[in-house]
Parts: sequence; C-alpha cells; structure tokens
Amino acid sequence: MDMNTIESTIRTTDPGCWRPGDAWLAGGTVLFSYGSSVLRRLLDIGAAGWTPITVSEGGIELAATCTVAELYALPERAETPAQTDSPAQPDLPPQPNLLAQPNLLAQWPALALIRLCCDSFVASFKIWNMSTVGGNLCTALPAGPMTSLTAALDGIATVWTVDGGTRAVAVEDLVIGDGTTSLAPGELLRSITVPAEALRSRTAFRRLSLSNLGRSGVLLIGRRDEDGAFVLTVTASTKRPVKLRFAPSSTVPADDGGVPTAAHLRAALDAAIPEELYHDDIHGLPAWRRDMTYRLAEEIRAELVTDSSSTTGA
Amino acid sequence: MTSQKNGMKINGTFTDIQPRPGQCLRTFLRERGNLGVKKGCDGGDCGACTVHVDGKPVHSCIYPAVRAEGRQVTTVEGLAGPDGLHPMQEQFLAAQGFQCGFCTAGMLMTAATFNSEQKENLPRNLKGNLCRCTGYRAIEDAVCGVSHVSTTGQQAGDNVGAPAGLAVVTGTARFTLDVPAAEFPGLLHLKILRAPHAHARILSVDAAEALAVPGVQAVFTHEDAPAQLFSTAQHEGYLDDPDDTRVLDDVVRFIGQRVAAVVADTVGAAEEGVRRLRVHYQVLPAVFDPEAAMKAGAPVIHGEKEPLQTRISRPQNNVVAELHSHLGDVQAGLAAADFVYENTYRTQRVQHAALETHASIAYFDDAGRLVLRTSTQVPFLVRRALCRVFDLPAEKVRVVCERVGGGFGGKQEMLTEDIVALAALKLQRPVQLEYTREEQFTAATTRHPFRIKVRAGARSDGTLTALAFDVVTNTGAYGNHAPGVMFHGCGESIAIYRCGNKRVDAHAVYTNTVPAGAFRGYGLSQMIFAVESTMDELAVGIGMDPMEFRRRNIIAKGDVMLSTQPEPEEDVILHPDSYGLDQCISLAAEALARGRDRERAAGVDDPGPQWLVGEGSAVSMIDTVPPRGHFAHSTVALLPDGRYQASVGTAEFGNGTTTVHAQLVATALGTTADRVRIVQSDTDVVEHDSGAFGSTGTVVAGKASLAAAEELARMLLKFAAVSSSADVSDCRLDASTVICAGVRIPLVELHRQAETAGTPLVAQGQWGGSPRSVAFNVHGFRVAVHSGTGELRIMQSVQAADAGVVVNPMQCRGQVEGGIAQALGAVLYENVVVGADGAVETKILRQYHLPTFADVPRSEVYFAKTTDELGPLGAKSMSESPFNPVAPALANAIRNATGVRFSELPLARDRIYLGLRDAGLPEAGSAQQVQRGGSIHVRSVGQVAAVD
Repeated sequence: MDMNTIESTIRTTDPGCWRPGDAWLAGGTVLFSYGSSVLRRLLDIGAAGWTPITVSEGGIELAATCTVAELYALPERAETPAQTDSPAQPDLPPQPNLLAQPNLLAQWPALALIRLCCDSFVASFKIWNMSTVGGNLCTALPAGPMTSLTAALDGIATVWTVDGGTRAVAVEDLVIGDGTTSLAPGELLRSITVPAEALRSRTAFRRLSLSNLGRSGVLLIGRRDEDGAFVLTVTASTKRPVKLRFAPSSTVPADDGGVPTAAHLRAALDAAIPEELYHDDIHGLPAWRRDMTYRLAEEIRAELVTDSSSTTGA
Repeated sequence: MTSQKNGMKINGTFTDIQPRPGQCLRTFLRERGNLGVKKGCDGGDCGACTVHVDGKPVHSCIYPAVRAEGRQVTTVEGLAGPDGLHPMQEQFLAAQGFQCGFCTAGMLMTAATFNSEQKENLPRNLKGNLCRCTGYRAIEDAVCGVSHVSTTGQQAGDNVGAPAGLAVVTGTARFTLDVPAAEFPGLLHLKILRAPHAHARILSVDAAEALAVPGVQAVFTHEDAPAQLFSTAQHEGYLDDPDDTRVLDDVVRFIGQRVAAVVADTVGAAEEGVRRLRVHYQVLPAVFDPEAAMKAGAPVIHGEKEPLQTRISRPQNNVVAELHSHLGDVQAGLAAADFVYENTYRTQRVQHAALETHASIAYFDDAGRLVLRTSTQVPFLVRRALCRVFDLPAEKVRVVCERVGGGFGGKQEMLTEDIVALAALKLQRPVQLEYTREEQFTAATTRHPFRIKVRAGARSDGTLTALAFDVVTNTGAYGNHAPGVMFHGCGESIAIYRCGNKRVDAHAVYTNTVPAGAFRGYGLSQMIFAVESTMDELAVGIGMDPMEFRRRNIIAKGDVMLSTQPEPEEDVILHPDSYGLDQCISLAAEALARGRDRERAAGVDDPGPQWLVGEGSAVSMIDTVPPRGHFAHSTVALLPDGRYQASVGTAEFGNGTTTVHAQLVATALGTTADRVRIVQSDTDVVEHDSGAFGSTGTVVAGKASLAAAEELARMLLKFAAVSSSADVSDCRLDASTVICAGVRIPLVELHRQAETAGTPLVAQGQWGGSPRSVAFNVHGFRVAVHSGTGELRIMQSVQAADAGVVVNPMQCRGQVEGGIAQALGAVLYENVVVGADGAVETKILRQYHLPTFADVPRSEVYFAKTTDELGPLGAKSMSESPFNPVAPALANAIRNATGVRFSELPLARDRIYLGLRDAGLPEAGSAQQVQRGGSIHVRSVGQVAAVD
C-alpha cells in the first residue's frame, strides 16, 4: 500500500545516515504490506549490489538482500552446476562464485532444508521475487521460514552498527520475540553466514499448519552433525527460536551417540520452553502448538537416531 | 531490461513521471490509467494487483514504485498481443473462470507466466491469488484449458457465457473506482477518524491542526450530520430495521466507529488530517458479550432511544429484537422421547471479504443532481435511504453501480454512501471514499455470531418429538439486519422438520463490538449448524442412520411448513412439482456411496494409522424470496439494429444474473442471448428494484424481465401481423426476424415501421416477489481426521441442489461451488477475533485465512429435477443456500469419524486436535478402537457438554 508519510527514498547502506523515522528498505514486501503512518524516509539497500550468495569452504554467506527466489534456486545449482536455469525458476543474474563451487555444494546434504523452508512461506513464489532473507529475519515473525532455516543451521548474522562498526550475532539471539529483534535503532543486517559444519549434517524437517500450504504453526528442524551431535531447533510454535543442543560428549544419557532418549528430549523441551513462550495467534492455539512441538520433536529424534543418510520433510 | 533512466515502460509506453517516494506500483499504474490493476487487500495477500516487471509476476501493491525505474511493466491491459487475446485470456473466457471478475486480472497475469510444470502444481503456484466467488474449480479449468461455454445454444438451459466476459479478461470491465480521474474534475478524497474506544461520548473535536494541513478542505463531525436516525441495513421497507445510526454520532459504540471525516485533495493529505484531529472523549463502560449485555446492570448501549419510534425491542436491556414462540407442548414431547439431547452451539464472526472493498464517489450531474457511484447490491434502496437521511426528493438523487466486486450480503448496507454524500452536499464537489482492507474488518459488518441452546427428543421408532431452541445473536453496536437475521435464522431451519412440539426463544442483542449485518444465508447457516448437528445426535442416540432419521421427519409434498407461527407463511407455496428434497437426499447419498466404492476399488480408502474416516450429511431449506415483498421492474425494447435492450434494476456482482436475464429475454423473444444487451443497476433505468439480496436476481428480477420480454414478443407479433396483413397466429419470432405466413420481416424493418407509426416497441414487466417457493440443498462429506495432529482431509464433498429448472447449469454449478468454498472457510479457519478490549484483532488477510486454491476440494454438484411454477421458466433461487448445509455436514462427518461432537465453529485443526485429546480419544495405534457410525458414547466439545 502507499505510505503517504514517506518524504524520500534514499539509496544508502550506511547506518550512520539513519535517523528516527527512517526504515531500511530491502524487498519492501513487509513495509509496503503493513504500511506506516510514522515513517518519513526509506533507506533503500536494494541497489547495494551485494552478492546474494557467496559460497566458500567455510560455508555460505547470504546477503541480507538475497531474495527468496535466489535462495530457492541454490540447491538446483548444487545439483546441476553446469546447467542454466530451468524455465520454472525466475531469471537470476549469473553467480560465478557459486558455479565454481559445485563440489562443495554436493557435500552439504543440509541444503535440502532450503526448499522446505522456502515452501513454508505463506507467501507465494511471486513474493519471493522481491522479499529477502534479511527482511524475513528482521520482521522476526515466529513463523519466519528464514529464521527457521538459518537458526537451525547455526547461522551467524553480521550487523553493521551506527558507529560504523560490525558485530556478529547468532540468529537465535537476533530474533528474540514475536516481531522483536536485538537490533539497535539504525543497525543494519548485512548478511547471514551458515557454517559448513552445519551444512554437512543430516537433517530432518517437520511442519504443521492450520491450513494447506498455510502459515506455519509449528516448524521443527533436527540436525545430526558429523560428530554425532543432535541439534533441535523449534520455531513457529514459540515466540522466538529455541535451540536444543545435545553434544556427543554430553553427560545426558543418550541411546545413540549424541541423540537423547525420548524421555530426555521431552525433559529438555520442558526445561527450554515455558508455557508462556508458546505463541498465541490465529494460526494455532498454544496448547496445540505445544503438543505438536513434542510430537514433531520425537518424530525428528526417531528419524535421526537411525543411520539413514537422507533428509526428509513433511 | 531496459536501461532508460528516470522512467519505466508500462505496456510498451515510456513514462518519465516520477512515483512518490512511498508509493507502491499499484497506485502508480492506476494513476496512469491502468485500471485493470485491482486493489483487493493492498498488502500482498490476494494477488488481484499482479503485474509483470521485466516478465516476472509480482504483487504491485507491495512493490515500491521507485524500484520499477528502468524496467518494463506489463499489466492486464498489455497482456493481449497484436494478434488478439493471450491464450490464458481465451481459456478464462471458455471456462468462465470468474464470477465477479475482480480477481481475474491477477489470476490471468499469474497463470500466464506458468510453464507446464507449474500448471501441474496449482495449489502451490496459485496460493498467492485469492478468489472469493468461484471455489477455484472454474479457475483450475481455465488454467488447464477446459472449456464450458456453449458455442451453440444461447437460450434458457444453455451454458451461456457472461456478457461482460471479454471486458473481465481484458481488465476493462469497470468496477466502482475504475473511472479515470478526469471524469470527476476536482475530485476530493475522504478519510475517516475511527473510534479508539468501545464506548465513549465525544466531548469535543479540535480540527484546527487538521485544517492547517495543505490540501485539507474540510472536517466533518457529528455537528455537521443530520439528526435523522437510520439503519445501514437496506430492506424494501426501512421499518424492518431499527433506526439506531447517525451519519456521524456524538456517541461511539464500537472501536472503529466513525468519529469524524476529513476531506482533502489527496488521500495522503486526508490521512494526515485524520492524524491531526484532537478529540476528547468521555469513556463509558462497555460490554462485549451478548449474554452479559442482557443482564441487569450491564452498560446500556442505546438507552437514550425510544423503543416504539426506533423499533428497538428493549433498549434498556440491549435487546434489539426478540422472538418467543411455542407450538404444541415441548415438555410433553421431551417426556415422550426415548432419547433427549441437549447441547449449546456457537458460531463465530465471519467477514464477507469481497475482494472489492466498499467504495463510493458522490458527484453532481449537469442538472445538479447528486449522483452516487457505489459498490452496492441495492442502488434503489440506497437512494431511498439517502433521501430519508438528507431530506432530499427522489428526483434529486441518482445511484448507480457498474460491476461490483463481490457482495455476499455485505453490500446490502449503506456504509460509505451517506458520508460521501454529506461531504459532497456540503462542499458541492465530487468526493470519493475507498475502504481499506483493515476498514473492511474493523468497521464494516460481519456475520452474526449465534449462541444456540438446543433441547430435542426422539422416540426409538425415529419420530422427532420435540425441538426447543434458546438463541442469542450478537448484532454488535448497531442493529442493522438484527431482527431479519434472527427471524430468518429461526424460520426454514426449523420448518423443514415435521414436529408437533417446537419452541423458540431468541434475542438479538447489542454489544460494543463491530456490527454484524447481512451475510449469505442470513441467519440460516448458524441455525442449521445447530439443527442438523442435533438431528445427527438424535439419530445416533436412538441407533438409527442419521439420513434415515431425517427422511422420517422432513416435510414431504403437501406438508405445512411451521417454525415459529401456528399458521404457515401464507405466501410460501411448495407445489408438488417443486419439491426436490427427497431427490437431493438420494443424489447426495448415492454420490457418497459411489465415492466410497471408488476409493475401495482404488485401494485408497484407508489413509493409514491414526487417521479416522467418517461420513456426514446435512439438509437445508430456504425461501426463494425474502418476506414482505421484493420488487423488480424491467423494460425490454427493440433497438434500431434489430437487437434488444433489457433495462433491469438488479446489480451484477458475480451472481451471474446478467447472463440469466439475457437468456430469459432471448428465450421469450425467440432469439439468442448475445442479441440482448443488458442495462442495469442504475436508478435511472427502471422505476424500482428492491435489489440483489435474498437470492432474488433470478426469481424476482428475472421474472420481471421475462414478463417484459413476453409482453414485447406479443407486441412484436401483433405489429408484424398488422404490417404483413397476416394472422397473428401465423407469425413467430426467429432470431433477428419475424416470420409472418412464411415471409421473413427483419426486426430492423419492424423497428423502422414502428418508429414511423409512432408505436414504440417497448414493454414493461414487474414482479412483487410473492407468492414464494422454497429451495433445498443437501451436502455430504467423507473425511479423514488425524487424531495425532487434528489434520482434517476432505476425501469427498458432494452437494445436491434443488434449483428448479436450471437456466444456466454452468453458472449455477459455479454458485454452488462458490457457496461451498465460502462455507468451508467459515467452517475451517475464518474468525474475526475481537480482543478483550473490544477491538478487532484480525485486520489483514494474513490473519484472516481465506480459502486458497490449496484448501478447497473439488465438490460434486448434482441438481434435482424439479420445476417451480412461481419462478421464471421454472427456476428457483440458488445463490445463498449452498452455503447453509456445509458446516453441519462437516461436523457430522467428524463426529462419525471420531465419536466426538464439535459444537463450536470454526473447526480448525488445533481445535479438532484439542477436542479429541480432551475427549480422551486414544492416541497412536489405537485408532481401530473407534468404530465408524458413532457407536461409542457421545463426547461433546464446546463450552457446554452434552447431557443425555
């Protein structure tokens, strides 16, 4: 919708330019959807020219301005790096850094989460042409699929501060409540880096919604790392991401390496998620979200306790 | 991608006009004249504004316009190529993949980008495009290239395409605000300050700062408004509704009510003016629950009003209307029962969510007449209401609508016209008001929530012995449609059952919440949810098949239909040939049986562990016309080119009546529908029309058009007989000619002769809507319910409809499918949530889930073979009624699958899961313990448990 209070749109990525009444404009799909009666300026980072996706041996860096459509196309590039886009995908600018790294991508089974998470958007593929990974994180909705994805994969956000500095923050410490982030006024999310260790893990994905292809009411991602660690990330059902990490050396009794028993997983959920942390809105009653969190967590635990190496989703 | 600096190409034409800094592409394109780009939600949810930017489909309402700089934008107006329509446009025409057509441009622009792979997954790829009318089957057929429009037959009974089809698929069909600004020089925009308190007296409004905003022309408050009370509800007689509303009041009674209006040169200036108004309120106590509102000591919402004058039953008790009736002896009936069932049913607030929001423009014609161009189902009644409120003679006001983007009863209200009229009359300039989607949710109307306590009894032999209802409806802060919805709800829902002992106590009650109003079904859907759920429980209670139990108790041919009066409605006549309930029951039951067999044969009848499968059905009845008269006038004229023009009052908002009128007129005149031009919904074109509500577009207005056409046919034959010196019995109409004793006289020639002779070949027709008939619908579902998650899968959905003689089977099927889809939304997800402070919390479509392509199953639709001697060519109404049996049919299927009765809507997955859990339904692996047919004991989910 029109934002009639906006007096100017300025192309900048400098947090030093920010002043009260300003908003960072990435894809615009959230700002223009909700509208505003208080904002005066939009600071447009859309033309920053940041490389959307940078692949290295250390992992993947997603620019805040990487569109969901660009991210969605990544696994396909991993599978068939020499091919051009299939006609089903939106046109994308060439990404030489990516195409040079097909072998790395093939070693990262957790890339399968990308499409599962993109398809968890209630918004359709049309919105993906504009909306960005960074915008989804900064909106900080409990059901934000990019929060689910990057939190589950130990994503670290790089934030540009108003004094010209840079700080790093884990995604689960960036998204700290329903619509709330730990960003100070004026701070700009520059990118999210997902480490290769997490990408090499075996993963399991579970999601429930009150409607078919609707907004997530519960979204859980499990990870089994190469060192045997089990990591469970709860999103959508809770107001903020909740991560449970069971290290292989953990003192918690486990029935297979780092994977806890069903009882210990339940106990860990009990401890990590108090009643009031379950989200309450039109997309699911808290009592349902809670029970489904336990149900899906156990499904994920049971799946990852086995030696199978495929990633599955529901 | 072009590299033009400082500009963009729109449909191939370069523009260097700069967008405003916070402007979205949608409004920028509309300001450039691309009026096919629609505003449905303005928030990226509905897809009606879809355009292509550099070939990619995007939602232009959330696309920053400045981002389009240097790019190529294509709108629906640019989709067709030099060789004609885009194939997708052709396909939408051939399949008639639209009803109101407001979503069509966005659908087309999305689907036109699909490759074959995307077409194979339409649930995913069309989930960003909402249609509120069709239920998506017709859209699926369009995208996939299935054709339905008849290429030969053009009369009654044929699948004639909508006359506006070409305009709809090219984006040129004009909806309310699709008029170039140049048509209204000096157009001003109006924005409304809305109440932040649920109940408050306005002590003062300081407009100084607002008036200082550049562009602001005026501020209007209650001091500027007429004292005349009225109702936003529109009926043939205004006495049907309480006079409890002012254009601007000095008391606000719900959060969202109008406080003041700011009129300015631009929307932005009007918004700024609204923000700068300073209002002092005296906050008053408020009440949000209707049962609490009836109790002694509750805040009184319209206490200052005089009951007789305003027609509010008991203002001091917040009771707008009430009904107390007792036929026979309910206590004796319950005492004679072998099984007694009691429960409390609750239905929620639901929004119409027509894709076109409420909007109107008030302006003055050359003669100085006030003209309202508005999105309404009732132009003639709006004129009456405006004349009453502003004390104007009818000849000084004209109300007109072109195409309306969905109604569903929500536009049987005057919600925008009065305030723009006030502003235009004061300023003597054209004024426009367009509701935002948020205003639709917070400040328009909803379906009335009902609380229904049921007591009913049955004997083991299947005899229904007693039916008693205690009903409370929540009308919100104003009583628009409150009496009608309450009375109608308690009518046909109960009258469909033969039972000597019936009791109804009903109250329509004010609360400090957003007003409820008219909505498809008009009270019936709520009551039928309770009645049909009750019939299911009674059947289970006596160990009888639910449909067999219904068969034994429903009205049969020749039975009197009684609900709350000892005598039947004298003008409701059900002729034996028009009785189709028995056929509908058989059609639905047989279809479910076939589906069961199909699934068994295919080996897909067992969905797996923890899935519980069950079937359920429900029946419904509706009067074909509202009570106390519903009037229509039509004029049919022969045109100089040998074609016909039918002038009708009724509006087109996706109901398809325009097509039906053309078919009826064509049939009477022995020609084809494409030779009939329809002029409509304009107070200038006919004498009067009560409007398109109560499913009357075909059975009342159509009857008037048919009568006019038949009269014109007689005139034509007589004139031709005289002209050709033939006997009139030797003359017959044939397309563009009259054949007189074997000689063809072109209609063009007849028109010329008539003109010369001074004999106009024009005929009038009218109908008063009485006597009336009844129509029936029966819905059946087979569902699978996952006891571990609450997920509900609809395995089969069937509806049998008794529509009399179906004038346009394709369109009628679409009405049924659309009604089912809208009902499924109301059963499964939709809920206008009002918070503890009385404010609506679900303000955008992402918080109010409308059924998407992925949500709506395909339904099998069957028509009973009946004919109604009251309706035009035997037709009955079929636009509201398909909604009504859906909720109880689904609840009954879930009951059958799980043994648990859900008595509160909506039946979302979370509620189903929690209901099953709380009823102690066994978890994983023990699903087989629950048997089909509900042989385990009744467990009820709702606020009041079952007593048996």
